[in-house]
Amino acid sequence: MPKRLHPKSLENTIMHYCPGCSHGIAHRVIAEVIDELGIEGKIVGIASVGCSYNNYLYFKFDMQQAAHGRAPAVATGVKRVHPENVVFTYQGDGDLAAIGTAEIIHAAARGEKITTIFINNAIYGMTSGQMAPTTLIGQVTTTSPLGRDTSLQGFPLKMSEILSQIDGAVFVERVSMHDVKHILSAKRAIKKAFKVQMAGLGFSIVEVLSTCPTNWRLSPVDSAKWVEDNMMEYYKLGNYKGAELEV
Amino acid sequence: MNYEIIIAGFGGQGILSAGRIISVSAILEGKNTTWFPSYGPEMRGGTANCHVIVSDGEIGSPIINNPDVLICMTKPAIDKFESYVKNTGFILADMSLVGEDKIKSSKKQIFSIDAAKKAGEMGHKAYAMLIMIGKLIKETKIFKPETVEKALYEVLKPELHRLIPDDMAALAMGMEM
Amino acid sequence: MPKKVLIKGNEAIGEAIIRAGCRHYFGYPITPQNELTNYMSKYMPEAGGVFIQAESEIAAINMVYGAAGAGARAITSSSSPGISLKQEGISYIAGAEVPAVVVNVMRCGPGLGGIMPGQSDYFQAVKGGGHGDYRNIVLAPNNGQELYELTVKAFDLADKYRVLVMVMADGALGQMMENVEFKDKETPYKIDKPWATTGSGMKRKKNYITSVYINPDELEAVNIRLQAKYKEIEKEEVLFEETDCEGADIIICAYGLAARITRNVMKLAAEESIKVGLLRPITLWPFPKDAVGSLADKTDVIMSVELSAGQMVEDVRLAVNGKKPVHFYGRTGGNLPTQKEILNEIKRVLEKEVK
Ligand SMILES: Cc1ncc(C[n+]2csc(CCOP(=O)(O)OP(=O)(O)O)c2C)c(N)n1
Ligand code: SF4
Repeated sequence: MPKRLHPKSLENTIMHYCPGCSHGIAHRVIAEVIDELGIEGKIVGIASVGCSYNNYLYFKFDMQQAAHGRAPAVATGVKRVHPENVVFTYQGDGDLAAIGTAEIIHAAARGEKITTIFINNAIYGMTSGQMAPTTLIGQVTTTSPLGRDTSLQGFPLKMSEILSQIDGAVFVERVSMHDVKHILSAKRAIKKAFKVQMAGLGFSIVEVLSTCPTNWRLSPVDSAKWVEDNMMEYYKLGNYKGAELEV
Repeated sequence: MNYEIIIAGFGGQGILSAGRIISVSAILEGKNTTWFPSYGPEMRGGTANCHVIVSDGEIGSPIINNPDVLICMTKPAIDKFESYVKNTGFILADMSLVGEDKIKSSKKQIFSIDAAKKAGEMGHKAYAMLIMIGKLIKETKIFKPETVEKALYEVLKPELHRLIPDDMAALAMGMEM
Repeated sequence: MPKKVLIKGNEAIGEAIIRAGCRHYFGYPITPQNELTNYMSKYMPEAGGVFIQAESEIAAINMVYGAAGAGARAITSSSSPGISLKQEGISYIAGAEVPAVVVNVMRCGPGLGGIMPGQSDYFQAVKGGGHGDYRNIVLAPNNGQELYELTVKAFDLADKYRVLVMVMADGALGQMMENVEFKDKETPYKIDKPWATTGSGMKRKKNYITSVYINPDELEAVNIRLQAKYKEIEKEEVLFEETDCEGADIIICAYGLAARITRNVMKLAAEESIKVGLLRPITLWPFPKDAVGSLADKTDVIMSVELSAGQMVEDVRLAVNGKKPVHFYGRTGGNLPTQKEILNEIKRVLEKEVK
């Protein structure tokens, strides 16, 4: 069972994430992909601001911590110095789709040869459950106590759909990590996104529908079901761009 | 009158609420009070503590360096705070959660209270903190036990008000210990 | 009679915002001020006001610029890293002379730093922060009651002088609960805002709000007017509290949480027959220069105690102007100085300075 081995690119430590949180799974999947591609020596990750702010403690390769929302700009700097390296950002929905909207759009517009792993859990985890740009209509959060009301708080942002409109973005896929089947296809997407970057084709992003049992106030099992029943309804899984690319 | 109290244990034990019950009781008796919770990275580790000051006069720092009273609901909590307790002060330690050995070896004045177990027998672990507050009242006369009842109505969510008679029974039990 | 309530510092600010008649709050989550944003999301709509969780701190401060420019009382709140992002907007607000209020519940830096209490944004708050020659009034509450009262006052000062007023607290004051007495009714300072972008209604000449002046003479005239206004504020609005300074062995200058810790140190020191005085600036700008300067006549040693690596101490030194030695003690990273630590430092300094 080689799959169960601890990935080389992941430190052997206990992560601080809550039980049932997708962050830990996403870390493992990314580490496995990096191992399989054999790029541990030339991968550089950019940590953002959110619950994963310190994931440089968990990945076993070079990383740089960025200010809230600015990871794609930091990644741009890192990539332009060493174009032969593989550079990725790891960002939550508050980070990427609220404060960092300009940076992600323009990294895509430049066709920046970086990869973004976008953890969409429909909430601000780190700061105790405020509304995120991706919070679903009607969803109760600490800053939408009566549920997200479109007349006051507008509509959830579909980042994969938006980014796929940009010419510089060549690979865009939305996946989920709420069960094994979906984790496996998420892994295939992440691997392809890195390969697209390595082939020098342009900007690639994988949006991962994720859980935050703590702030959703659901059990891990109910959280997985919530992804299936609610998030996947609004955020359709699938490839939005670049399925045909041979890499 | 000036009491500086640290309450320490794990999240979910009602540590922060117990502090609020003490603070609200203090206000109801016309005293000044501060309540300062642990927040941030400490919380993720599962520990919870709060610093509560009750005073007739103006309160300086809300952060307590040397408590008059330490209420301990776990062993790590007593390990962390024991040495800071004033020589004139005392510790209320939960017998089963802190452990007899630890309690016996303490160099401070310490009361071993069988709160968690008694609360379990009463049907809810939340009563443990009220047993502790009962003992606190007995040892300090910090405020009248009746005041706690009024405070409970302010602190607890309305759906928990039906439990207040049991809370008061737990308080009375603590005052007997 | 107004009732005493037990309330979190962050929520006391929220209550003040509503009672001061402000109906426009624009925020963005950040620890340790989240309870304020959360409170506003619930109570602002209940009060018939506007709550917006902006997409960033930059957007939030610019929403304030717009709302305040349109004549409303408007406020945003954040903590250190978010306040850094607001600096561009703050500079524009100062340049355009729009009355606005900003709350900073300080954590510690630099960079993403940590979320525990700090006072390391003093320079940023009182020396500018953004670009250009401007000043903000900076209020430094030290308990729940003042968080409430000074936030109410902040709106009045902003309207009176058409300046930005910053309420500067720290993570501990924001997170702690304390007894606070709300007045039954606040009477906000009322002033006409004929300059506001309300739409002319075809009844007056157009209004425009701007901070751009390409003509140097015009821009210099604006700057001269701003400086004159700042002079007046320095004359009229200084606030501080002086405790036991007359004949003290040493006087400590401290604000906010540091001042509260100092108050305990004063008692501790008295037990060892050391007389410690306290001068607590309540307005960090305008800084109580004269009061601090005159401490030199009351004692032989002055010390600034801060939750920083030493920032306000520079203003204390300027005010004392070499007449007496000025020392500093502080902790950083979210660690708070203990009473004993400060007392030991007092003893060390006294030994050195007093023969
Ligand atoms: C400039 C700035 N603003 C605000 C914050 C506070 N903050 C920390 S994490 C976070 C958002 C986290 O949400 P998300 O990106 O969805 O990630 P998650 O925690 O859910 O993984 C915010 C607003 C900050 N650190 N810096
Ligand atoms: S708060 Fe939510 S996103 Fe953060 S670690 Fe916990 S479950 Fe994960």
